[in-house]
Amino acid sequence: MNTSRVFAFKPMKSLLTTKCSRAAITSGLRRLACTPSSCPRVCIVGGGPAGFYTAQHILKAHPAIQVDIYERLPIPYGLVRFGVAPDHPEVKNVINTFTQTAQHERCSYHGNVSVGKDVSVEELRQAYHAVVLSYGAEVNRTLGVPGENLAGVYSAKDFVGWYNGVPCNKDLKPDLSGETAVILGQGNVALDVARILLSPHDILTNTDITQPSLEALANSRVRRVLIVGRRGPLQVACTIKEIREMVNLTGTRPDMLSADFKGIAEVLKDLPRPRKRLTELMMKAVQATPAGDGLTSRQWGFRFLRSPVEVLPSPDLTRTAGIRLGVNRLEGSGDGARAVPTGETEDIECEMVISSIGYQSLPIDPAVPFDPRKAIIPNAMGRVLQATGLYCSGWIKRGPTGVIGTTMNDSFDTARALIQDIETGVLDISTVKPGSQTVTPLLQKRGVNPVSFSDWEKIDVEEMKRGTVVGKPREKLLDVTEMLKTAHS
Amino acid sequence: MFKASSRTDLANMARCVHLQSLLSSLASRALVSLSPGVQAGLCLPRVPDSLHSRGFSLCHILGSSSKGSSRPEDNVIVHFVNEDGVRTTTSVTEGVSLLNVVINKKIDISGFGACDGTLACSTCHLIFEENIFEKMEPMVDEEVDMLDLAYGLTKTSRLGCQVCVRKWMDGMTVQVPKLIKIENTASTGNQ
Repeated sequence: MNTSRVFAFKPMKSLLTTKCSRAAITSGLRRLACTPSSCPRVCIVGGGPAGFYTAQHILKAHPAIQVDIYERLPIPYGLVRFGVAPDHPEVKNVINTFTQTAQHERCSYHGNVSVGKDVSVEELRQAYHAVVLSYGAEVNRTLGVPGENLAGVYSAKDFVGWYNGVPCNKDLKPDLSGETAVILGQGNVALDVARILLSPHDILTNTDITQPSLEALANSRVRRVLIVGRRGPLQVACTIKEIREMVNLTGTRPDMLSADFKGIAEVLKDLPRPRKRLTELMMKAVQATPAGDGLTSRQWGFRFLRSPVEVLPSPDLTRTAGIRLGVNRLEGSGDGARAVPTGETEDIECEMVISSIGYQSLPIDPAVPFDPRKAIIPNAMGRVLQATGLYCSGWIKRGPTGVIGTTMNDSFDTARALIQDIETGVLDISTVKPGSQTVTPLLQKRGVNPVSFSDWEKIDVEEMKRGTVVGKPREKLLDVTEMLKTAHS
Repeated sequence: MFKASSRTDLANMARCVHLQSLLSSLASRALVSLSPGVQAGLCLPRVPDSLHSRGFSLCHILGSSSKGSSRPEDNVIVHFVNEDGVRTTTSVTEGVSLLNVVINKKIDISGFGACDGTLACSTCHLIFEENIFEKMEPMVDEEVDMLDLAYGLTKTSRLGCQVCVRKWMDGMTVQVPKLIKIENTASTGNQ
């Protein structure tokens, strides 16, 4: 018998009775009404979209489950706050739904808790009937080429984190004094970065972009952004919305190479509609590319069938002066086509290289299975293999791809699997689990002071207040210490 | 009936979104404060963070706002079939977007309308009957862009936030893409 469980039982009892029976009455499902001994407790690791969507569906599908969300930062919403571009405020509307979830009477948010460090997954499994891992993909995949560590080379994750206010990226201060930036990778993150680099200042001023990055971008001398992919036009990973935004971006013009699209017109009709429309839009951009050059306006363009070979240093070897790209050819066709090096190379002069070749998940705790090759937690429909009571959702479940709707569906699936396991008895909920009643004291003993959702709302209010002063929807706090000070004020 | 106003409405009817969503969301917010029993799973729209520069037209506001507020008439029958195949029939005020119908009538569709009708996601994806689909106004590029990312896309798919209910749609059935049935893989999970 676990002593902490016994210890936690008494203080928990009255609280549980009130909360759970109220839930059961509201839902009218007396059959499932919980008593203190059977109230199921689930915790979710990660307060991003995957975590919130999983919580949302669990709360909806079961009338008594208590859900606790643990998040490493004091601030919730993960990539909705730190990934979604500042000029895409409409995507951030999902926060409205997440807020309702966080304020649900059977949901609690615990920010500033680093699972795997402050509390182990095993301790969470002791405290909860089920643990859902939704902690996403926190690192940028590395290029693995010489020169990668030169000044002027940035990971897209850091660059995005810099303009979106990720605390650990606030001091990135990218050098924007050069004329040409090369972005490696052609996904939506690459296009976000390109757009932010080339957007007219007044488009960004009334967004929630951080003030230091807004000022740095205002003085940026970057005029030309090349977005490089290892495969061809039919394999670009970004979605059409992002390309359309580039095509329509005020004060810029496309710089595409018509040769890249040779033969594409002929295969267009056989493509599925999404790919066909996206390709047609790129071809429109090719036609809009003016003949001749000269840096009269800001310009952007795709470069295909190129892989980075080496970042070329300046003569004094201190910083980036260019990039050497290997020329590829395609083997096969469609989404499955492979890039094969031809052995040829070409050099592009540039002062900045941003690597946007994808995010990657890391293992959170030795106790949790991890597939190092796929960099995901091995699972079947969100059920972690060989670990009853452990689930996963979002990028850690299927890899760092897809749009918010993908993560939503994927998280709902995990929630359904979990509920199904409760209903079929695979998940034993007959034992008492204390949930945060034991985890919170444990954290406090370890010097960790969790941030509740109402604590976060203090930060939220403060940020919006600061935003008003500068004409922005919010001015994000950039420092964890300051966040905590505001939260616990 | 809004015969007099519907001429102007018709021009914009398939492109409704922002103002309408804004107006009715103000209404639903008021509603929320009055009814504490609102479930968290439900997606209630709020005022979009911005109404700026998205390049697509705004919906007419005649049907549901100026008139609707004083004299709401639920006179169009719409049947919804959700992702689990559950059918709900509701009567709807002409001119309201299907997204707002789902929200206002609390129709049970998981995760519907994540972006609050701002053409930034495809979670309000609905499948229409062919004869209805054919009669609707053409889609703007931005709607097709988002639909192209939708799960379970069909030839008669639209985004619910972009379709305003019209009288001639009376009796139509709209369908949410069906879920892929989850098999009980729990045993696999325990191996």
